Amino acid sequence: MNVLLILIPVSLVLGGLGLVAFIWSLRHAQYDDPDGSAARILIDDDEPRP
Amino acid sequence: MTVTACPACNAAPAAIAMADRPAPVTLSVPGIRCAACIGTIERALTALPGVKDARVNLTLKRVGITTDRPADEMIAALSQVGYDAFPLDAAALGPQEDPKARDLMLRVGVAGFAMMNVMLLSVAVWSGAADATRDLFHLISAGISLPAVFYSAQPFFQNALSALRVRRLNMDVPISLAIILAAIMSLYEALNGGAHAYFDAALSLTFFLLIGRVLEYRTRAAARSAAQELSALEVHSVQRKLGNTVTTIPASALAVGDTVVVPTGVRVPADGRLTSRAAFTDRAFLTGESEPVQHSRDATLQAGEINLGAPFEMVAEAVGQDTRLRRMAELVATAENARNRYTSLADRAAQIYAPAVHLLAAVTFAGWLIATGDLRHSLNIAIAVLIITCPCALGLAVPAVSTAAIGKLYRLGYLVKSGTALERLAEVDHVVFDKTGTLTRPGFDFQIGHLTPAQRGIAKALAQASSHPVSQALAQYLADEAGADVTAITEIPGRGMKGQWEGRTVHLEKGGEPGGEGGLVLDDGQCRIPLSYDEVTAPGADMLSPALQRRGLGVTVLSGDAPGKTERLAAHLGIADWHAGQSPEDKHRLIATRSAAGEKICMVGDGINDTAALTAAHASIAPGRALDAARNAADVVLLGETLADLPTVFGIARKAVRLSRQNFGIAFAYNLIAVPLAIAGFATPLMAALAMSFSSITVLLNAMRVRIAK
Repeated sequence: MNVLLILIPVSLVLGGLGLVAFIWSLRHAQYDDPDGSAARILIDDDEPRP
Repeated sequence: MTVTACPACNAAPAAIAMADRPAPVTLSVPGIRCAACIGTIERALTALPGVKDARVNLTLKRVGITTDRPADEMIAALSQVGYDAFPLDAAALGPQEDPKARDLMLRVGVAGFAMMNVMLLSVAVWSGAADATRDLFHLISAGISLPAVFYSAQPFFQNALSALRVRRLNMDVPISLAIILAAIMSLYEALNGGAHAYFDAALSLTFFLLIGRVLEYRTRAAARSAAQELSALEVHSVQRKLGNTVTTIPASALAVGDTVVVPTGVRVPADGRLTSRAAFTDRAFLTGESEPVQHSRDATLQAGEINLGAPFEMVAEAVGQDTRLRRMAELVATAENARNRYTSLADRAAQIYAPAVHLLAAVTFAGWLIATGDLRHSLNIAIAVLIITCPCALGLAVPAVSTAAIGKLYRLGYLVKSGTALERLAEVDHVVFDKTGTLTRPGFDFQIGHLTPAQRGIAKALAQASSHPVSQALAQYLADEAGADVTAITEIPGRGMKGQWEGRTVHLEKGGEPGGEGGLVLDDGQCRIPLSYDEVTAPGADMLSPALQRRGLGVTVLSGDAPGKTERLAAHLGIADWHAGQSPEDKHRLIATRSAAGEKICMVGDGINDTAALTAAHASIAPGRALDAARNAADVVLLGETLADLPTVFGIARKAVRLSRQNFGIAFAYNLIAVPLAIAGFATPLMAALAMSFSSITVLLNAMRVRIAK
């Protein structure tokens, strides 16, 4: 059962990473324009916007 | 679903770096529909000189522009690429951030991630981990869940506390009790090496119920932000004249005695006296008359009238809160509101549910204590009953459906302002329409089929030269015709226009009886041809009455206008029940009498003369162009122009209520199976987790069915 000593911290860290990523996305306005985000992938514009 | 309004923070780094610059321009562009539109608009705007950044928000159909140039240039650029844009007043739009929504989402996130980790450990326990391993897993679960629950479930705790303070029970009381007791009992079991710990249940309860809260909150926030957008579209500035200079000032800065210039097409900002020679206004919102009113010098004008003629000047005599418009609006606001008495489906459920659950848990505890005398065991079973009965699915039943229904209606162009509005709309059996401004649009529909092209040309040339609104409308109507070469055009005051064409004297004059409904007369030098015009019916109004009747709804027209016009329109739309010459009091009385007789009426109206009726009716709908007061009084605001989808609103509302009831049924059915097991002491944490997840997910999926409603 010693493997648990590694796996439990690993699962906790992974979960924590997920939470941090979620908080980051929330703080950086990733959910403000869901329709727009879905549509923007279709814009045929290879040049970066100025 | 519309999320927090924040086009400005979308403009990300550039906008933040420019924070001390003037506020970015926000435009409403209703025509944005697809990815191509986003590309076109952003390219067109960023190509302009002085534009730092432009970012489209497709969900809100807005563009946020970081620039120091005026909004007019942006609007002109957009109209060149084919999009109508309207400036939004930043002050009326309110703050762009919505900390409450963000805070709720954060709590959902914390509960969700904690739940996943704890569930991982719980699955190990359920599949047979024993002794030291089980105790270790329980202790780790405790370490994760206690802080997570303490943080995430705050909204429930606060609501429950404030309900208990006033000695009332709401849905949050059993929720909080179940969450707190589950956490404490599980901690005790974990510390004492017990077999069952409900940490995952406490977290998943919090998680699912928070989703319900988020849905509810977002629906309200979206409605609020759309309502703010409507008022941000309105002009809140006034042109004040001091000596010979005209300055634009905020409407709130206007004082009694100021001279105001009212441009064409703009609402009169204050009550006052006309100082120009003449004015021509539409006061349909006050009286319901569709015919514009002619004023001469020293006439009294009221705030809210729309200037249809040439710009005029007036002296303000009452401003702001003292105008008749505002006083009438306030009268309505303080009047008794039928809606405040309405108890929503969810509240009615909570009133029965909360006491029942507590009673059940208490009886279970007492029963087991008497039967076995084992305090710890009895308490565990009673808490298991509380956890199992906890209204997870109930908390989702109504918000999930109303969010889906309100979202669908929003896409159809209907803004629903409250959740209970759906329930009230579903009960409606009779629809009452105001005529002017609701079933009709400002403007004139000319019958010109009998004119020769030459006569049309003469009519156009004469009409173009006049500033009279009817003439202007006729010139607009004939925009595609070639104008005739009419010379020496002069205006005969009070009668019409005169000119010379191919050696003949031609006229365009007022026809019919003075003061009557009349029409125009065109005289081409040889004969006099009557040119009649009608009101323009609103798009979609023609099919409205049959479609509503098919859904079993009665239809009535109430109008402040003359009987002749009202009858013609009612006959045209196939509505048998019409009442003309109705004052605001008459309208209100009619609605009140019929409501007292048991009818559930939905009032559709736009003017201040409808506001009392809108408030008295069981449910109410107002067009987006309606006055603030009418929009505020209404449950549903129509954002688009067409009335064609109006019957669908009732269809969707009925379906939403049916689905909410079904959801309650589903939640009840799960309880029917799980509760007897829990009372009998067979409940395990695994069972609680399964029942909770399955019932919540079924309820959410069932709610999605509202999307296919017609």
